[in-house]
Amino acid sequence: MNRVERLAAIEAERAKRILVLDGAWGVYLQGFELGEADYRGARFAAHNRPLKGDHDVLCLTRPDCVTRIHEEYLAVGADITSTNTFSATSIAQGDYALEAAAREINEAGARLAREGCDKFEAMDGRPRLVAGAIGPTNKTLSLSPDVNDPARRDATFDGMANAYKDQCLGLIAGGADLLLIETIFDTLTSKAALWGAWEAFDATGIELPLWMSGTITDRSGRTLSGQTVEAFWNSVRHAKPWAVGLNCALGPTEMRPFLAELARIADCPVSAYPNAGLPNAMGGYDETPCSMEAHYAEWARAGLVNIVGGCCGTTPEHIAHMKAAVDSVAPRVVPTIERALRLSGLEPFTAAA
Amino acid sequence: MTTPNPFANFVIVGERTNVTGSAKFRKLIEADDYAGALVVARQQVESGANVLDVNMDAALIDGPAAMTRFLNLIAGEPDIAKIPLMIDSSNWAVIEAGLKCAQGKSIVNSISLKEGERAFLDVAKRVARYGAAAVVMAFDEQGQADTMERKVSICTRAYHLLTEHGFPPEDIIFDPNIFAVATGIDEHADYARAFFEATRRIRESLPHAHVSGGVSNVSFSFRGNEAVREAMHAVFLKHAIAAGMDMGIVNAGSLTLYDDVEPELRERVEDVLLNTRPDATERLLEIAEQAKGGAKKKDAAKDLAWRAWPVEERLTHALVHGINEFIVDDTEDARLLVERPLHVIEGPLMAGMSRVGDLFGAGKMFLPQVVKSARVMKQAVAHLIPFMEEEKARTGLAGKSNGMIVMATVKGDVHDIGKNIVGVVLQCNGFDVIDLGVMAPCDLILETAIKENADAIGLSGLITPSLEEMAFVAREMQRRGLTMPLLIGGATTSRTHTAVKIAPNYDGLTLYVTDASRAVPVVRRLLSGERAALTEEARADQEGARASYLAGQSRNPRLSLAEARARAPKLAFDAITRPSFLGARAIDMALEALVPYIDWTPFFASWDLVGRYPAILQDDIVGEAARGLFKDAQALLARMVGEKWVRAKGVVGFWPANAQGDDIVLYTDEKHTAEAARLHTLRQQMDKGAGKANIALADFIAPAGAPDYIGAFAVTAGLGEEAAAQRFKRANDDYSAIMVKALADRLAEAFAEALHEQVRRDLWGYAAGEHMRVDDLIAEKYRGIRPAPGYPAQPDHTEKRTLFALLDAEANTGMALTESLAMTPPSSVSGLYFAHPRAEYFGVGRIERDQVEDYARRKGWPLAEAERWLAPILAYDPARAAA
Repeated sequence: MNRVERLAAIEAERAKRILVLDGAWGVYLQGFELGEADYRGARFAAHNRPLKGDHDVLCLTRPDCVTRIHEEYLAVGADITSTNTFSATSIAQGDYALEAAAREINEAGARLAREGCDKFEAMDGRPRLVAGAIGPTNKTLSLSPDVNDPARRDATFDGMANAYKDQCLGLIAGGADLLLIETIFDTLTSKAALWGAWEAFDATGIELPLWMSGTITDRSGRTLSGQTVEAFWNSVRHAKPWAVGLNCALGPTEMRPFLAELARIADCPVSAYPNAGLPNAMGGYDETPCSMEAHYAEWARAGLVNIVGGCCGTTPEHIAHMKAAVDSVAPRVVPTIERALRLSGLEPFTAAA
Repeated sequence: MTTPNPFANFVIVGERTNVTGSAKFRKLIEADDYAGALVVARQQVESGANVLDVNMDAALIDGPAAMTRFLNLIAGEPDIAKIPLMIDSSNWAVIEAGLKCAQGKSIVNSISLKEGERAFLDVAKRVARYGAAAVVMAFDEQGQADTMERKVSICTRAYHLLTEHGFPPEDIIFDPNIFAVATGIDEHADYARAFFEATRRIRESLPHAHVSGGVSNVSFSFRGNEAVREAMHAVFLKHAIAAGMDMGIVNAGSLTLYDDVEPELRERVEDVLLNTRPDATERLLEIAEQAKGGAKKKDAAKDLAWRAWPVEERLTHALVHGINEFIVDDTEDARLLVERPLHVIEGPLMAGMSRVGDLFGAGKMFLPQVVKSARVMKQAVAHLIPFMEEEKARTGLAGKSNGMIVMATVKGDVHDIGKNIVGVVLQCNGFDVIDLGVMAPCDLILETAIKENADAIGLSGLITPSLEEMAFVAREMQRRGLTMPLLIGGATTSRTHTAVKIAPNYDGLTLYVTDASRAVPVVRRLLSGERAALTEEARADQEGARASYLAGQSRNPRLSLAEARARAPKLAFDAITRPSFLGARAIDMALEALVPYIDWTPFFASWDLVGRYPAILQDDIVGEAARGLFKDAQALLARMVGEKWVRAKGVVGFWPANAQGDDIVLYTDEKHTAEAARLHTLRQQMDKGAGKANIALADFIAPAGAPDYIGAFAVTAGLGEEAAAQRFKRANDDYSAIMVKALADRLAEAFAEALHEQVRRDLWGYAAGEHMRVDDLIAEKYRGIRPAPGYPAQPDHTEKRTLFALLDAEANTGMALTESLAMTPPSSVSGLYFAHPRAEYFGVGRIERDQVEDYARRKGWPLAEAERWLAPILAYDPARAAA
């Protein structure tokens, strides 16, 4: 199956059932008890900075661990696995002085995920997608790093767009099926990511579907940069996304109302992959695979979702339960939304038709 | 609080943060005073701007740097950043710098064909990638368009280029160039008219695109004479909006309404803008200087016996009798007698109002009289406010309120007569009311309620989709953890609907308020110690309503769709009359001609006076109130009609048609060569017993094989009603404001009645010899029916879209549909014409899932969408059915 066939096949599946994305990597990686030497590998043995904590570099230095996690998730039934490249922009890798390796990390990350998917596709003929994971960085375009100078920014749109373009080129080269711009807490940064993606498409002649996933940071229903769900959607719908959704920051209980709002207004598939609850006092997550299952079952019955998965604190066990919860339920029907000039600031504004 | 937009459906772009238009703003930027510049932006938002225009094009300003800095600063000010931006520059580098700072979906102002197609498409592609909409100037390789033809042809060319390259048509906003008129140069005389006409054509021929412009350009030759400039803007906007302009860059803080412009000045401005006479400019110049002063004359006061009474009694008398002639003077007299201005309110005014309350409670005064009293009260309070503010500034003392209610007509709905009455009545009982007007989004309602710490929220709506929006607001209140009571009112709301569909979404108290008269006692109990008792009563009542609803649902047997279809009436189609013309035709109707067709009974009902007209005027109990109301109504109606405050426009059409199952297929011509449209109808499924028919509207049209026809119409008498109502509202005269709307509503209904008669007698002509008296018309004793989508015979509001498209109703009448399919202006009527002698009004009643599935298939909808639009008539619970 090539990419075009695979996307067509998954599209047919998507019309019939709720698709399942994988879960988090953090908990799992901890299980490997990796040390500084693992992160460095032979390649960066002499690197001038500590690398422990740079999960993305493991695509180059411990590919076996990365492959293992992809396979764990694919084995419990995930239709989509996301690459281990969440922080693999040159900007985020700058923290480890690995800017120069960014493109390579992305390419390797996509290739590892693709290999895992190929293995499972060969077993049962069902399509498995690689979502090239594109996360935010430690810099933002909408917020000032200095309270005394509110007009200041610690990054530029062009700088961000270039870093994202580089990441996308790597993901495309490694064989990603689509690009997942996720954990969007600042919509302007995600627009820079889109810009970078389009430049990468222009450069390669390969255009991948785009998937946008925003992050509502608390119960106020706003992104960190202050937008409501509808304002966020109005700001990114020009990407004509393959899917739009919410992830991270909230557990399923807190996410539900915002998911319902998104499901009401988005004229494309809707995804949701919350955390396993809010972080508890110990920094862990309290939702068990079984308790998550109940939430997902309810979302599915309420017609809110087309794609589900897990974010921080979730494990293959969570995903297995999630799959059971949504397996026999019809997916959300994508509504037809009337054409109208839909603008936004922090809040949406629709001009009457 | 922000000022509500007086131009419904018109997007106001605030222009003051523009260095080319505002010297003040330019100086702030040049002086590097960005804090001051933010104040200007905030004022624009507070004055009601929907979008904020930012322009930094000045010689001494580094455009990209200033744009970047200002937009970055705005991003940190949530009360400004909440609205979208219009990034305005003639320099693409400045626009791009702005786009790189805007997280929301902005508007770029502007792009054009000035540099040719390649450059245009290249920039447009970048605009789309930044996720912005674009203002497209009527400017091409030859220059800026000044004639109507050039404006239209450039915009048309740009539209096709853009849409063919994937630019969304709804994101295109044309600026067909507003140029200065009355410049003394002959070539400029036609500029405004050319803009209006170009606007009309663009809106007609380029679907989904918008029209905008910089309105203040038009009055450039009157710089320094703000009175004339504002008059020109008001008159310009009136004509431009009528032509289809739906966005404008204006000074959001100082918009004047057309009807508020002094008539002589208005006429002369109109002559200039419409280029009706060669000496128009001179005639405007003649009076421009005196307009600058702008003085008004006062009527001499009549002397009456009660005028000699002590001031407290004069105030009470004025309040009880609703006389506002002397209220300001009397209030001032009273103020001079007491220590604090507040004491006038707490003393004589409240005493007078409580007298009004007593009389109202005892059934001796009625709603219209109370609203008139409220007008007097409001005007008295308006006089005292400056003194109270001055006192507050001096001493920090403030008054107290009985409670704060936030009210709104929900998103998608435009009907507000009842809500306005409730608002006024609450206000004159000492409650603070924040009225968010019509089409209020949920967020705005809840955020206002939270910010103002409201004691209750009141929601109103007339059309059935508003019911779902109310349920959504309730869910959102629950989600946001609010606890304040939620009051539900409006024509389609009901005790059962509130109990079954709204209250269960919200843990706080949800109360259904039957009518305006009930609002005050309910709110008073709610905000007193009786809240707990009221809550208990309401919950018990809602429990009961839910139980009987569920019981009723299972008790009424219904037929399957197949069975119901088998019981369709079998009508004979042997007397088909061919209409006098086919297709749609616009109709202008003189208001005078409509007056005799007015059905007054619903007018009294809208004021809670129950009884049939004319008997109601002699009624023992409400007769006096009804007579007073009727007299005021007649006087206002005479002015509305005589001074043409509103205009009536309509469109009517006929098409060859045949029934096809439960659908009606309309053809473009009698040979049935092409389908003009397909109407969908719904069939009764209640089991009425064998031998009784289960009707659908399609039954009244002949099936294929026999030639038959159907008609359709849309009429409005509300063009101008909002402006007229606002004018009264601003004079604290809610009584007249409500009256204007209620009368416009009657005129629209009268229009529908008069037009139906013309249709029967002439236009269709199937009852050429018919002669009926008005009361027979009202009693519907004629042949044929005119059912409307959204009413019992076809409860699906979305059929209005088909109807509007068929009739090209927007272009022909200026009417439009909101997202919930309410018609605007609110005083509008539309429907279908059926001529069959046995055609009758009926109610579809509740329908089963088999019909909903069938209907969804016919409409090409997912089931969920059908269930959403048909929610009020579903015989089952979709949530439960899906589980």
